[in-house]
Amino acid sequence: MNSLLWPVRSTLASKYVMAVTGAGLMGFVIVHMLGNLQIFLGRQALNDYAHHLEEVPTLLWIARAGLLTIFIVHIVFGLRLWTLSRRARPVRYVYEDTVQASWASRHMLLTGLVILAFVIYHLLHFTFGLTDPKDYKYALDRYAVPMDPALHPELDVAEMVVRGFEKPLVSIAYVVAMIVLGLHLWHGAGSWLQSLGLKNKRTMLLIDGLGAAVAVLIVIGNCAIPLAILAGWRPS
Amino acid sequence: MNLTLHVWRQQGPHEPGGMVQYQARDIFPDMSFLEMLDVVNQGLTEKGEEPIAFDSDCREGICGSCDLMINGLAHGPEDGVATCQTYMRNFKDGDAIYVEPWRSRAFPLVKDLVVDRSAFDRIIQAGGFVSTNTGGAQDGNCLPVAKPDAEKAMDAAECIGCGACVAACKNGSAVLFTGAKVSHLALLPQGDPERSRRVRRMVEQMDAEGFGNCTNYYECEAACPKEISVEFIAKMNREYLAAVVSGKGE
Repeated sequence: MNSLLWPVRSTLASKYVMAVTGAGLMGFVIVHMLGNLQIFLGRQALNDYAHHLEEVPTLLWIARAGLLTIFIVHIVFGLRLWTLSRRARPVRYVYEDTVQASWASRHMLLTGLVILAFVIYHLLHFTFGLTDPKDYKYALDRYAVPMDPALHPELDVAEMVVRGFEKPLVSIAYVVAMIVLGLHLWHGAGSWLQSLGLKNKRTMLLIDGLGAAVAVLIVIGNCAIPLAILAGWRPS
Repeated sequence: MNLTLHVWRQQGPHEPGGMVQYQARDIFPDMSFLEMLDVVNQGLTEKGEEPIAFDSDCREGICGSCDLMINGLAHGPEDGVATCQTYMRNFKDGDAIYVEPWRSRAFPLVKDLVVDRSAFDRIIQAGGFVSTNTGGAQDGNCLPVAKPDAEKAMDAAECIGCGACVAACKNGSAVLFTGAKVSHLALLPQGDPERSRRVRRMVEQMDAEGFGNCTNYYECEAACPKEISVEFIAKMNREYLAAVVSGKGE
């Protein structure tokens, strides 16, 4: 089999691609969450973090391009595998039942598409500032570090986050999206190891349990920020 | 007990099909599902109607012929048994039971509840064998097999090729069947020399037959009358990846 076409032609190889890209995206989600949680350390912590991320624009854009590529590959392969599966059963059962397949595992396409829609909104909201231009980081006053006024004032990302999540509809949308992401990861966070053949009978329960725990922690961590701001908390 | 059956009837592969309602009367709870269908068919024959076509052979759970989707569950509600060992005591008097054939593009319908599972045979033909020299049989003790390996290989070898895994999988995937066959031979020294070529060919044949892909639902494991573990799917995934990365078995 042509090695370039192998990942496309072979369903098992396509699953390897889904597993590796899915794991990469999950890793990004965890790092992204840990970065954002720094808002609880104070306004300066988040602003410094955001400042460091954008210090070397070339690296930032390489990272963004890599992430976008992984994201697109994950979506394209996911859609293709879904199409193949639909073709594999042209006539559906009149009476359908399920024994042990979780809701999350059976609705990966649905939750995946909701996440795609959320990512587009999230980018328009915080990265490109198109949904709320007056609350975008470039439209806000710069943040002067109180302890060291000599430093060049930074973009006030923390203020942008606060203003964003002060709006109940926006916060609720983020929380709902994070629950959907949690459902996607409830299955995906452990499933990718099965696709790569890294599970066995002894590790299966442990891996599935850890996957579910990762999903729950991601939901809690990511929802904490909008819920705290909505509840009136402000970074110091 | 008296039951209402909704059975898929279809004259042939290219004829239109649909659910037809039948009454199953005076059924004993200790009858198997197939014996219940025999009673219904007897009644249809006596009335001059065409009996319901369904597959069966050994009727003791080892041949894998009796493939029925019963109320949306492959082989019915009982765990770890084929349709022939699903007993009517699993149902209540007055129940409505939906009986359908396996649904998969790779298992074309022949008639009523009978499907053609030759796709499985072609997967086996692609690599589910070991090549041995003819002549005098080798001393069994020349090939020591560790007990855990032997037991695991036998767990995989329990697969009777009934196709319940494909029928139960929401994607119509055959990875549990293929994984069991690949693993069974890869775990034993007799199967080791051809393991890379075997997994490549069997997986490629599985794809060529039009089965769906695995999304790790594990419905196959729940439906399997021999309770084959999904760990054999992981083993096949590992074997295939190793074969391709190492370039062996091309």
